[in-house]
Amino acid sequence: MADRNLGVMDRPSTPAQPSATRTLLRLWPYVRPVRVRWTAAAVTAVVASCLGLVFPLVLKWIVDGPVADRNPKGVWLGALALLGLGVAEALLFGFRRWLVARPLASVEAALRADLYRHLQRLPVAFHDRWPSGQLLSRGTTDLMVVRMFLAFPLTFLIVNGVTIVVGLILLLSQDWGLGLVLLAPAVPLIAVCYRFEDAYARVSRRAQDQVGDLTTVVEESVLGIRIIKGFGRHRSQARAFRELSHTLRGTELTKARLLAGILAVITLLPEAALGAALVVGTVRVADGALSAGTLIAFLSTALALRWPIESIGFLLAMSQEAATATRRYFEVMDAEPESTEVARASAVGGEGPGAGAGGGGLRFEGVEFRYPDAPAGSAPTLHRVDLHVRPGETMALVGATGSGKTTLTALVPRLYDVTAGRITLDGRDIMTMPRDELRALVSMAFEEPTLFSASVAENVLMGAEGATPEQVARALDVARADFVDGLPDGVGTQVGEQGLSLSGGQRQRLALARSVVGEPRFLVLDDPLSALDVHTEAAVEAALRRVLADSTALVVAHRPSTVQLADRVALLSEGRIAAVGTHQELLRTNAEYRYLMSGGTAAPGEAARG
Amino acid sequence: MTTTADTQPGRGDGRSGAGGPGGTETETVRQHASGDPFDRDDLPTAKGATSTLLRSLLAPHRRELALTVLALLLQQAAVQSGPLIVAYAIDSAVPALRTHTYGPLVAVGIAFLLAACGSAAFQYAYVHYSARVSQNALLDLRGRIFRHAQALSVDFHDRYTSGRVISRSTTDVESLRELLGEGLQELVTVVLASVYITATLLWLDLEIGSVAALSAVPLYVLIRSYRRRAARAYGERSTAIAAVVVKFAETLNGIRPVRAFRRERVNDAAFAALNHRHERANGSALLEMARYVVGSRLIANTAVAGMVLWGAYRVADGTLALGVLAAAVLFVRRLYDPIDRLAMFLNAYGSAAASLKKIAGLLGQVPSVPEPAAPRPLPRAEAGRPGRAVQFADVAFGYRTGGEVLPRFDLTLPAGQTVAVVGTTGAGKSTLAKLLARFYDPTHGRVLLDGVDLRDLATAELRRAVVMVTQEAFLFSGTVAENIAIGRPDATRAEIERAAKAIGAHDFIAALPDGYDTDVRKRGGRISAGQRQLVAFARALLADPAVLILDEATSSLDIPGERAVQRAMDTVLRGRTAVVIAHRLSTVEIADRVLVMEHGRVVEDGPPGRLVAGTGTFARLHKAWRESVVGSG
Repeated sequence: MADRNLGVMDRPSTPAQPSATRTLLRLWPYVRPVRVRWTAAAVTAVVASCLGLVFPLVLKWIVDGPVADRNPKGVWLGALALLGLGVAEALLFGFRRWLVARPLASVEAALRADLYRHLQRLPVAFHDRWPSGQLLSRGTTDLMVVRMFLAFPLTFLIVNGVTIVVGLILLLSQDWGLGLVLLAPAVPLIAVCYRFEDAYARVSRRAQDQVGDLTTVVEESVLGIRIIKGFGRHRSQARAFRELSHTLRGTELTKARLLAGILAVITLLPEAALGAALVVGTVRVADGALSAGTLIAFLSTALALRWPIESIGFLLAMSQEAATATRRYFEVMDAEPESTEVARASAVGGEGPGAGAGGGGLRFEGVEFRYPDAPAGSAPTLHRVDLHVRPGETMALVGATGSGKTTLTALVPRLYDVTAGRITLDGRDIMTMPRDELRALVSMAFEEPTLFSASVAENVLMGAEGATPEQVARALDVARADFVDGLPDGVGTQVGEQGLSLSGGQRQRLALARSVVGEPRFLVLDDPLSALDVHTEAAVEAALRRVLADSTALVVAHRPSTVQLADRVALLSEGRIAAVGTHQELLRTNAEYRYLMSGGTAAPGEAARG
Repeated sequence: MTTTADTQPGRGDGRSGAGGPGGTETETVRQHASGDPFDRDDLPTAKGATSTLLRSLLAPHRRELALTVLALLLQQAAVQSGPLIVAYAIDSAVPALRTHTYGPLVAVGIAFLLAACGSAAFQYAYVHYSARVSQNALLDLRGRIFRHAQALSVDFHDRYTSGRVISRSTTDVESLRELLGEGLQELVTVVLASVYITATLLWLDLEIGSVAALSAVPLYVLIRSYRRRAARAYGERSTAIAAVVVKFAETLNGIRPVRAFRRERVNDAAFAALNHRHERANGSALLEMARYVVGSRLIANTAVAGMVLWGAYRVADGTLALGVLAAAVLFVRRLYDPIDRLAMFLNAYGSAAASLKKIAGLLGQVPSVPEPAAPRPLPRAEAGRPGRAVQFADVAFGYRTGGEVLPRFDLTLPAGQTVAVVGTTGAGKSTLAKLLARFYDPTHGRVLLDGVDLRDLATAELRRAVVMVTQEAFLFSGTVAENIAIGRPDATRAEIERAAKAIGAHDFIAALPDGYDTDVRKRGGRISAGQRQLVAFARALLADPAVLILDEATSSLDIPGERAVQRAMDTVLRGRTAVVIAHRLSTVEIADRVLVMEHGRVVEDGPPGRLVAGTGTFARLHKAWRESVVGSG
C-alpha cells in the first residue's frame, strides 16, 4: 500500500523521487491514443521552425544576387519566395495547433476521468488521510499543467532542439569557423541548465506545499469563523497567516532569483558569442573572404536561433513543474483501490450459507478492527466484538463517547474491512460478497447527513434506484420531512452545494428518508435523530418503528429516546460488546449502561468495571 | 465575467457536522432567488473598483515598479541594439578595415559585449524587481482578503459560503499572480519591443518603418476580434471547469454515502458528461488560439515580405544602404516575434480581471458589525459576582434578505441567572443568542451588558465577557491542547488540563496517542462528534466568561457528557450569566428561568417548575420529553 507514511498533510517523503523524465514517461499510456496526431504536430512544428531558418538564406540570395546585380525581377522573385515561406509558416503553425487542440483536451479529460474513477474506488481510509482540497488540486491545476506540458514544453524542447541543431549545421556549412565561435557556449550552458533544473524543482515543490499550508489556514479560519469571533482570536489567526504568507513570499523570491540567474546566463553567453562572431565576420568581409550577404544571413540565422536557445531555460522549468504535477497525480493513482476480489466462502465459521435459525440476521464474530494509520502498538479500536442481530430485530448500539460505535457501523457495508474475525449477513460472510451486492443489501444513514447537488427526490432515490414516486413520498413521510412541501419546487427542489441550503435537522431527515426508501433488509443508522427537536423526534420515531419492523437494523443511540426504537440494546465498551439485553434489563443489571443512559452518579471508572 | 458558478469546492454543506449556515434550524431556508448577488457569486462593485484595487496594490511599490520598468527599458535597449551594431559593422567597420582603420571594429566588439552584458544584467534586475513587486502585491492582497473576511460578520459568512472565500484567496489570487508574473512581462516586452523596433525602423528608413507601423492596423483588428471570441470561449471553458470541480469536490466530501449507496457508476457517467463538456470547451478555446496564431503570422510574414521587397528595390536603386536593409530585415523579423505571446497576455488579463472583480466585490463588503470608534469599558465586576446583567432594550431583528425574525421586544437577564431558551425550529432562539454574542447587530434597539451597549465595546473586551459555544465544534489543525487554549492563549498546561477535567474530557484526551499533544489532523480526524463538543466546552471553560451562551452545544453529547457540562456550569461557571438553547429539555433542569419562544416572540417566561405545572407550550413540550426518556434514571 502506497502512501502509508504520509505525514500530517499529504506530503510525500521528498528523497528518492524518480527523475523528472521517468515520471513524465508514465504519461505515455494517456498520450498513446493521440500519438499519431501529436507526432504529426511535432513534425509540423519542426518543419515550420526550420522554414524560419530558410528566411535568412533567401535574404542572402536577394542581397548577393538581385540586389548586387541591380535586377528588379530577381527582387520580385525573392520577395515572392519570402511571402510563400511566410504563408507556409503561418499555416503550419496553425496546423500544428489544430492537430493537437482536441486530442490534448481529450488527454486531459482522460486523465481526469481516471482520477475521478479511481478516487471513487479508493478505500475510505485513504480519504480520511487526504484533504479533499489536495485531491481536487490534482484533478484540476495539476492536469492543466500536464496538458500545457504536452502542448508546449515537450513539443518545443524537441522543436527547438532540432532547430538549434539544423541552425548550427547551416551556420557551420555557411562558415564553419564562425559557426564554431557561436557553438562555444553550448557546453557551459547545458551544465548550468542542468544544475538549475535541480534547484528549481526543489524550490517550486516547496512553494507548492507552502501554498497548501496557506490554503489550510484560510480554510480553517473561514470554517471556524464563529469560534474565532466568539473568542476574539482573529489576531492570532492573522499572525499565523502573516507568517505563512511571508514564508511563501520568501520562497517565491528565491524562485525568482534562480530564474533571473538562469535567464541572465542564457542571455549572456550566446550574445557574447554572437558579438565575437560579428567581429570575426566583419574582419573576414573586409578581407573579402566572406560576402556581405553571407554575413547577414549568418547573423540572421544566429539571431533566429536566439529564441530557441533562450527558451530552453523556461521550457525546462515548465517541464519540471509538469513532472511535479505528474508525480502528484500518480501519488494518488498508485494508491491501491478497494479490492474487487471476493473471498471464497471461508470454512471457519462452520455454519456455511445455510442461514439456519441461529445464522440469520446480522452477526459479528470475533471482529477486530484497527485503523490502518493507527500508531503501532496502540490498542485496536475494536477487539473481539461478538454480536448477533436477529432477522427483523432492531438492535441499539450504545457506548461512551469515542467507544467505536461509528467505526463498528462502518464495517458492515465494508467502508473499512475488519482486521480479524468476520461479519455475516444471513449467514454469508460479507467478505465473500461483491461490495455492490453487499451495499445494495445494507442501507445506511450517517452521523453527518450529506446531500448531493440534485433534487430532493434524486437525493432520496439514491437509496434505491427505481423506487416509485409513491415510495419516495412514503420515505419522506417516515422521516417527517414535510418541510419539503414548502420548498419552491417541492421534491423537485435542487438542494446540496449548488442548491438550497437546508438546516442540519432538515438534512438529517432527508438522509434518513434516503436510507429507508428501498425498504432495505439491513439498515444501519448512526445517531439518526440527533439534530431533531423533541416534537419531530417523537414523530419520526413513531413512523420509523413501522419500517424497522421488517428490517434487521443496527442503530447507534446516544439517548434513551433513540433506544426506544430498538428491541434490544448492545453496550459497546472498551472495544467489545460488554452486554446485550433490553433497555430495562440493562438499566437494572449494568452500571455502565445506567450511567450512560441516566448520567447517574457512578464515576466512569467504576462504571466501566461494573 | 467568466463564471457564474463557484470554481472552488464549496464547503458549506454536509461537512464535519458543522451543519449548514447557522448550524441550527433557525434559518430554515435561505432565499435562493436567482437575483441574489450572493448566489450568483457576483457581489456589486463600485465602478472602476477593479482598477482602483489594482492601483492601490501597486502604489506602495512605486519605486520598485519604476525600477522594473527601467530595467526592462534598458534590457530592451541592449537587446535591440544588436542589429544596429550589425548595420554599423557592415556599413562602417568593413570599409574602415579595408583602409586598415581598426577603431570601428574595436567599437563594434566593445559595443556588442556591452550590449550582451547589459541585456543579461538588466534581465536579471528585471526578473528580480518584478518578482518583488508582484510578490509584495500578492502578499498585500492575500492579507487584505484574509483580514477583511475575518472582519466581516457571521451574517456575511452564512451567505457567502466558505468555499467562495477560499476560492477568492487561492484561485483568484493565483490568476493575478499569473498576470503580474508572466502576463505583465509579456505585455511590457511586447509593447516596448514594438515601440523600439518601429521607432528604430522609422529612424533607419522612413518608408520601411511606415510599412511596419501600418501593419499594426490589421494586427489591431485581429487582436480585437480574438479578444471577443476568446472571451466567449474561455468563459465557456471556465464555466465547464467549475461544474467539474463542484462534482469532484462533492464526491470527495461525501465519499461515505457515495460508497454506501453505490453511486460510483452513476457518478462516473455524470462526471463523464461534465468532463466531456469541458473537453469540448477546452478544445474550442485552444482552436481559437490556433486561429489567432495563423492570422497574426500571416500578417507578420506578409509585412516582412513587403518590406524586403521595397527595401531591396531601393538598394538596387541605390537609394538605400545595404547595411540599413540588413538591419531592417533583422529587426522586422523580431518585430513580430512576440505577437503570439500577446494572446497569452490577453488570456491572463481576462481571467485576472474577472478574479479581481470578484475580490473587489468581497473587499467592498462593509462589516455589518463594526468596531466602535470610541470604545467604552465595562464597569468593574463586583467581587464574588462573576456574572453580568444582560438587557435587550426595544430590540428587533430582521435579516438583510427581508423578513423580520424577531419583532420588537424587551428582555432583562439579571447577572448570574441561567436561562434556558426553548421552542420549535425557526422560533428565533439562535438569533437571540447571536445578538447577545454580537454576531449580528439588532436592526432596532440596543443590547446592553451591564448597561453598556455591545456596539460600544472593544472586540477584545466583548469577547472576554461573552463567549458562545455552538453546535459546530470545529477543531483547528494543531494539538488538542492548542485547540483548548483558543479559549485563553496564555493558559498554562495545568490550566488547560483542569478545564478538560472539569468537563470530563480529560480521560479521552489522555487516551489519545500523544495525549494533549495529539495532532487533531485535518478537521478533527477521528475525534468523534461528541468528543469535539467536549473540547469546545473546555475552550469555553478556560475562557472563563461573565456570560456564557450555549447554542445547541450538547446535541452530539451522550447523557454523561451532558451531565458533565451541567456539573461544570454548576461549579466552575457558578454565578455566570448563562443562556442555554437546547432541543433536549434535560438542560432545562439546571435553569433558573425558562423562555419559550414561538415565531420570534417569547410566549412563556418563568421558573421551570411553574411552567411545567402550567398548561402552556412548555408543559406540553416537557411532557413529550418525559415520555421520550421513559425508564431513564
